[in-house]
Amino acid sequence: MQHVWIVLGVLFVLLNVAAGLIWVERRMLAMWQDRLGPNRAGPLGLLIVLADTLKLFFKEDWIPSFADKKIFVIAPAIVVASVLMSFVVIPFAPGIVVADLNIGVLFFLAMSSLGVYSIVLGGWASNNKYSLLGAMRGASQMIAYEVFMGLSLMGVVMMTGSFRLTDIVEAQRSVWFCFTQPLGLILFFIAGIAETHRLPFDIPESESELIAGFHSEYSGMKFGMFFIGEYLGVTLISAMTVTMFFGGWMGPEFLPGWAWFFIKTFAFILFFILLRASLPRPRYDQLMESGWKVLLPLVLVNILVTGAVLLYLKG
Amino acid sequence: MGTTQILFWFLTALALLGAIMVLVSKNPVHSVLWLIVVFFAISGHYILLNAQFLAIVNLIVYAGAIMVLFLFVIMLMNLNAETEPQKSIWMKFFGVATGGLLLSFFISFIVSSIDLKNKTAQLKEGDVGLIKNLGKVLFSDYVIPFEIASILFLSAMVGAVVIGKKD
Repeated sequence: MQHVWIVLGVLFVLLNVAAGLIWVERRMLAMWQDRLGPNRAGPLGLLIVLADTLKLFFKEDWIPSFADKKIFVIAPAIVVASVLMSFVVIPFAPGIVVADLNIGVLFFLAMSSLGVYSIVLGGWASNNKYSLLGAMRGASQMIAYEVFMGLSLMGVVMMTGSFRLTDIVEAQRSVWFCFTQPLGLILFFIAGIAETHRLPFDIPESESELIAGFHSEYSGMKFGMFFIGEYLGVTLISAMTVTMFFGGWMGPEFLPGWAWFFIKTFAFILFFILLRASLPRPRYDQLMESGWKVLLPLVLVNILVTGAVLLYLKG
Repeated sequence: MGTTQILFWFLTALALLGAIMVLVSKNPVHSVLWLIVVFFAISGHYILLNAQFLAIVNLIVYAGAIMVLFLFVIMLMNLNAETEPQKSIWMKFFGVATGGLLLSFFISFIVSSIDLKNKTAQLKEGDVGLIKNLGKVLFSDYVIPFEIASILFLSAMVGAVVIGKKD
């Protein structure tokens, strides 16, 4: 019975966080761009969340007559499902984890690599050239970046000797992995931004070139799924960064574990928004070149050095 | 029937349905999607055999990376009925006949020569498939085949780079 409560609780909190991020992101962007942002509905404009969600529900849910209907409907569901599945392995506090798999890290990587289908299929099923271009860019960007996303986590796995996420958090009791694996942290975070295709890596949708890229033809709640999926993805990458590199629920005693986890995750979500507010979008070829020619070799060097140091310390 | 058996038959039915739909679908993109369903079903089977590492790597590598590249290529090629070469009815007939003969040969071979009772896979038993044991076996007993396989991969990668290079 306790298990059911954990599942429902995690789902409830995540969906509310994703919805709440609508307000957080718009207020923060406004602050960093020296304007007010949403401030009419409710105190501090908080009711914009409700208004935005209701608007999405009441909009006409239109499927273009030229689209491949079944795939057009499946695509937005894939992104939300795959991101929510990834949260299954994340330990929010001691004992609060949906399924503590002993292949946790790999499970996260598998689920995040499935998310690319929503972009590719959504863009293809829309039968629109801008959407298809967005889908093509999305596919190659995510394939390129998920390669070293997995490899950047391997340093941490080598130091822990386990793929289980609770073991990884426990191993950071004395020192967080952000101090011993700084290169891994930076590379993982860059890959994470590319995986969630947020600015500056929002090349699949880049509205100034491709209208809205892969989701140009989507409206109503199907667009809402992509929207929620993006915010859930941001939350997922932040939570994963905290779990792998910043000690998960660890923190001074005066606050409970889940509160520390929440605070750290929120800090990274804010960092995501700050990046969006401050960085320009690179060109498509620059993105691919930096991925394959700079970041991938760096990741391999990181693994090699970590292995060598571990061997030296052992023997 | 226990839960394991129900899962087994469900996954088997799903894998077979997916495999048939791969062949029957008119649209190549739909075929690719059904093939992904097959990979999921097979991963489910691996989990039933307690081979978790194999299951998740099957998802990461095949469902997550290779099939995305498949989709990528198929979308770029813009396949449709007009541009594809059509085979005559006789070609199709002979194709079915030879394929059927091969299948019946395999079935008769398996039924006659292998003792099926003793070769049945043990569900939910054995821990060879766990990462720790698999890694130890790979790097001690099978280290030479493993290294040879990695050299094969390396040479394939170098070959792909050479072919892809504009001169």
